[in-house]
Amino acid sequence: METLKQYLQEHPFFEGLPENDVDLLVGCAKNVRFETGAQIFREGEKANQFFILRHGRVAIDIYSPGKGNITVETLDAGEVFGWSWLVPPFCWNFDARVIELTRAVAMDAECLRKKLKSDPRLGYEMFKRFAKVMTQRLQAQRVQLLDVYSA
Amino acid sequence: MNTDPMVPDLFRVQKVRKETLDTFTLELSPKQKKFRFEPGQFNMLYVSGAGEIPISISGNPNQPESLIHTTRAVGSVTNAMRKLKAGDYLGVRGPFGTKWPVDKAMGDDVVIITGGIGLAPLRPAVYDILAKRGRYGNVVLLYGARTPEDILYPKEIMGWRSRFDMDVHVTVDRAAGSWHSNVGVVTKLIPKAPFDPQNTTAFICGPEVMIRFTTQELKKRGLSDDKIYVSMERNMKCAIGFCGHCQLGPYFVCKDGPVFRYDEIKRLLEIREV
Repeated sequence: METLKQYLQEHPFFEGLPENDVDLLVGCAKNVRFETGAQIFREGEKANQFFILRHGRVAIDIYSPGKGNITVETLDAGEVFGWSWLVPPFCWNFDARVIELTRAVAMDAECLRKKLKSDPRLGYEMFKRFAKVMTQRLQAQRVQLLDVYSA
Repeated sequence: MNTDPMVPDLFRVQKVRKETLDTFTLELSPKQKKFRFEPGQFNMLYVSGAGEIPISISGNPNQPESLIHTTRAVGSVTNAMRKLKAGDYLGVRGPFGTKWPVDKAMGDDVVIITGGIGLAPLRPAVYDILAKRGRYGNVVLLYGARTPEDILYPKEIMGWRSRFDMDVHVTVDRAAGSWHSNVGVVTKLIPKAPFDPQNTTAFICGPEVMIRFTTQELKKRGLSDDKIYVSMERNMKCAIGFCGHCQLGPYFVCKDGPVFRYDEIKRLLEIREV
């Protein structure tokens, strides 16, 4: 059976991290499962975790009064999501809703923040990795804003 | 059929079908029994009193008994076309232009990437490939639309999706309510699409900005420029390479295109003003 440590070591997001760093991170990780329709987090709530999606599909929603939830992006297995835990005031900016039964690794933000503060090298490494994910998402959103199918 | 390529033949409208809020399909019956064309080619459609415009053929090349065009109502000619009824006539010149290299792609995986109305010019290629399905590796369709309501040919896409020998992935830019599939730009589907980059031919149809980002993603997967084909759009008028309205560098899109191998026109797409 694959352990959390093995899973993180093999995940592209953590690729190349020394084993003792992975050990540190595993101390803040746990497996979670969400049923279809479950709300993983809501806009404005405290961002206490981030997630590595192992299986399933999650919608990132914006709630619009009168229109309900508008999905602006979906995330699938292998993707990392949730970066509000990195930036004060550590609150979610969007809703995350499960659209297919989802299994994920949840990383405890409080635990991580403490460890990263006491180990700036690992902190820098994690910020670099998140910056890459954030850049990819930002680029995708920019292309989406171009309304590329309209012409 | 007329032998002068500048003189249209009259075709009778069999059916006008609304596809989405702003797109519709015209089913025409050829004067002669059959209208032969290759996937990717276009016709010049002439509405009396309104004008003539190029429209890609979107029907099945293996069923030449009816001629099918899907287009978006955006200007005076297409708006006049939308008002046509069964029994009306319109002028047709064609078919013109180059084809999707469906024969050359045999033996390869084929990945078809398109968005919005761009599915219409690629549908004949999908029909043709599926008619000779055994001669290809994986067949993948990646399709993007603005919203679920803007998806073209939804029933047909569902039919393709239910096949065991075709991978179909659809994404929209935004969705509300009951949509449970992908949300995001079509290029986001490329990294996980099931094809072997060393043995894949890609067909792309969409606005140039979509072509740009799509080719970037395909290249990240390892596809070479000479295995990517794109359909270009320009202001085509004569359709036979005389008038020069559709000139793109050294090419006339109507005659040398609309389907080009990407390495042949890549340089032209990188220039801000051609």
